[in-house]
Amino acid sequence: MKRPLLLIPAIVFTVMVVLLAVGLNLNPREVPSPLIGKPVPGFELSRLKDPQATLGSADLTGRVSLFNVWATWCVSCRAEHKLLMALAETGEVDIYGLNYKDDRDAALRWLQVYGDPYVANAFDDDGRVGIDWGVYGTPETFVIDGEGVIRHKVIGPLSADIVNERILPLVRQLNSRG
Amino acid sequence: MLPRLLRVALLGLAMSMPAHASTLADFDFTGNVSEAHYKAVISELRCLVCQNESLAGSQAELAQDLREEVYKMMDAGKTDDEIVDFLVARYGDFVLYDPPLKPSTWLLWFGPFVLAALALLVMGYTVRKRSRGVEQGLTAAERARVASLLSEGTENRKS
Amino acid sequence: MTPELGQFALILALCLAVVQATLPLIGTYTGSRQWMSVASTAAWGQFTFLSISLGCLIYAFVNNDFSVTYVANNSNTLLPTIYKVSAVWGAHEGSLLLWVFMLGAWGVAVAALSGKLPAVVRARVLSVMGMVGVGFLLFLLLTSNPFERLFPAPLEGRDLNPLLQDPGLAIHPPMLYMGYVGFSVAFSFALAALLGGKLDAAWARWSRPWTTVAWVSLTIGITLGSWWAYNELGWGGWWFWDPVENASFMPWLVGTALVHSLAVTEKRGAFKSWTVLLAITAFSMSLLGTFLVRSGVLTSVHAFATDPGRGIFILAFLCIVIGGSLVVYAWRAPAVTGGGRFDFVSRETLLLANNVLLVIVAALILLGTLFPLIYDALELGKISVGFPWFNKMFVSFMPLLIVVMGIGPIARWKRQDPAELAKHLRIAFIVSLLVGIVFALPMLPGASPLAGLGIGLAAWLVTSLATSLADRLRHKRGLAAVWRDITVQGRSYYGMVLAHLGMASAVVGVTLVSLHGMEKDVRLSPGQALEMSGYTFVFEGVESHQGPNYRADRGRVRVLRADEEIALLQPEKRTYTVQTKPMTEAAIDVRPTRDLYVSLGEPVGGGDWSVRVYYKPFVRWIWLGGILMALGGLLAVSDRRYRLPARSRHGVEAGTSPAGQEATG
Repeated sequence: MKRPLLLIPAIVFTVMVVLLAVGLNLNPREVPSPLIGKPVPGFELSRLKDPQATLGSADLTGRVSLFNVWATWCVSCRAEHKLLMALAETGEVDIYGLNYKDDRDAALRWLQVYGDPYVANAFDDDGRVGIDWGVYGTPETFVIDGEGVIRHKVIGPLSADIVNERILPLVRQLNSRG
Repeated sequence: MLPRLLRVALLGLAMSMPAHASTLADFDFTGNVSEAHYKAVISELRCLVCQNESLAGSQAELAQDLREEVYKMMDAGKTDDEIVDFLVARYGDFVLYDPPLKPSTWLLWFGPFVLAALALLVMGYTVRKRSRGVEQGLTAAERARVASLLSEGTENRKS
Repeated sequence: MTPELGQFALILALCLAVVQATLPLIGTYTGSRQWMSVASTAAWGQFTFLSISLGCLIYAFVNNDFSVTYVANNSNTLLPTIYKVSAVWGAHEGSLLLWVFMLGAWGVAVAALSGKLPAVVRARVLSVMGMVGVGFLLFLLLTSNPFERLFPAPLEGRDLNPLLQDPGLAIHPPMLYMGYVGFSVAFSFALAALLGGKLDAAWARWSRPWTTVAWVSLTIGITLGSWWAYNELGWGGWWFWDPVENASFMPWLVGTALVHSLAVTEKRGAFKSWTVLLAITAFSMSLLGTFLVRSGVLTSVHAFATDPGRGIFILAFLCIVIGGSLVVYAWRAPAVTGGGRFDFVSRETLLLANNVLLVIVAALILLGTLFPLIYDALELGKISVGFPWFNKMFVSFMPLLIVVMGIGPIARWKRQDPAELAKHLRIAFIVSLLVGIVFALPMLPGASPLAGLGIGLAAWLVTSLATSLADRLRHKRGLAAVWRDITVQGRSYYGMVLAHLGMASAVVGVTLVSLHGMEKDVRLSPGQALEMSGYTFVFEGVESHQGPNYRADRGRVRVLRADEEIALLQPEKRTYTVQTKPMTEAAIDVRPTRDLYVSLGEPVGGGDWSVRVYYKPFVRWIWLGGILMALGGLLAVSDRRYRLPARSRHGVEAGTSPAGQEATG
């Protein structure tokens, strides 16, 4: 066996170690969304507060908005709620909500107690619309531009870092495009 | 501390049986949808919230919802490809246990065979190198001696 | 007090491991016999302290010492005592302690049983093992201390995961670790040979029994894991190509190649550098498996609690151990190459083909397991590689391997006339072909091309083994003479026969259960019956039942065949007191040629339950195959040549040792 050939196992191993080292920084459980860059999935659901009215994909065009998937049974949603309230207060972006597989009364009470950052909430009783949005766990937050195209998805609860580094810059960029 | 709790919670989620669980027993297989076909399709789809389980095995709520979706689509006459496309459009390739064949997965699908071909070449080269080389021939007398030694040896094999 | 004692013992073990790793190796360079003999003493000392440490942890579990974090997380006062003991290795920290304990045990085994080894070689081997021990002990003490205290101590523990409260799962890790760690002995022997610049038949003879025993343990460990999954997970599945399962299968495949390669090196002096490389690779796969399971890079139901810090440590350790050994290999391998000549058609070539195929399968499993990671790292997104891909790939390569397995034992060493080979195997080939066709014929129930392929291949293995035995019998007549011929063949040969038969058994089991298994998932009312595969399952309702640390809903299912009751099955749905996740306990009626498997689904109201019923033909043959392979390995290790008193092996050239003159086997 020639000397350079003998180094092949060591080289293969090195490549693998580099890969594994990179892997340590990745999260194998986070599933990116194939909906980024695509228009909002078509839907129309009854509103949480006013069951006679509807909220649909048509409402998500016109202004840059956030679409936040939440439920009262979701502990992390409670954790991120303050940030949503703060975001709503800035007025930079409209926040719409998808109340996912929840109980209507419980959700209304929840918003009363903890505050309501949402322009409006769609009530997704059986989760079918959630499936159309590729929701697999709550909370999830989508950033949607003025044309109704999904630009970004945050999986898991919002944090100050995520809001400041991922959401707000994008929202401002989309807003300035007009 | 939190990561461990999270892991236990997720494992619990994966293994928990919520109040209104749907099992395959809830579906009607006497109509359009054949049980075997349905099971084959859902067993190749991944439960996204579990730690490596298929839609067939998982009891997570999302898995139940997706099982019902798949059933409805099969009942409505959709083909396997259409069902797969539906899910991939929403969840990406991650939802498929059978990875699709496309340029980014060529390494996966062809890699083993390329490796086998290379190995075959290396093996052929190595073996040919080993078998070449002239060995000293034995004379007829030497050959006879070898033969008798060998037969002696096998008879004296340890008991 | 005891936990502190346990931790202190670990520190002492680490000190001794450092001594074991350094002094003897220095001794081999200075020629100091004293320094070289430190190896055995250090190994014994290390093992003593590791035993004390493990003993302290077991003591803490059995005495419900919940002031130890690890005990509080994995035990409970209601837990039956046997599971308190097995809980010791139920999670990350404790299982690592078991790993290191096994390493210490193998170390003293080598120290005690290697009297015939030259002192230099023994010093090198134990030194390398000491280095591995240092790495693991540092990992334990720095990142994964099982003796960490918890204040204030809770009154009750969080209980052992109910899935692990099963006898199979209790023995599965020790067996697996015996295997993984056992390959460190082969690894150490390989490095010792590289460092010493000499690799001869004697080296192969020393390494072989150790490697085989490690391989046997791993075989049993994997078999147990599969059997447990079938019993406990409620879905009748026995292999899912889950990353952690793959992490155990890869070293097994490479280990199998190693065992065969060692045979060639011992008998023919060939394949020397391949054998060394395989020995390094087998242990590397074990270490890689450790990394994959404990670092969080891959998702798996089996994975231990993950922590990137731990991942980095193991990765660094991998770099040092594997990277270092591969560099030593590249540098020193030319010193140990050179070997016997053999023809294009010969047993050597067939064994080479066998090993190449095994390594390719191991490599493709590695590719499939890591591909999601590659895909993500290259920012192509997230992808899953699951059983459909693994099955397709595995089935693409296995048939060729099995064909080679049949020819190998028949072919002569060094030179085999192809025509003569074909003549020998003609009958075996025809019989196998016929059997395969029978199972593939569309007319027969359940037949299919795949069934034909699988059973045909199994038949090929059996018939070629029979041919091999027939070839070796010098007398074809006279019962006494034939019997004498049979008994004279040697345990090594029969070990091979048994192991290959085990393979045939596993192939039959896998083929038939995959292709002919049946299942039904239905809602049943008490008194209602279900028919499947010629059996009638009568559901008689569900009652409540209390166990030691769980409450169960126990169902009654009577199984009838042709109106005659053949079994009463009682599947359970258990809710454990502490970890309240419900768990299914399937009820199985076991017969040699089929299992009937019943598990409870969900209560659907009004006393009705959803029930899953499976018909699993020949599924036990899979694990029987594993057991036969393990027995074959044990039989081979007990061969007399390893028990003969020492003859001088020093400087014996390859291919001329007495082993080479024995009949092939």
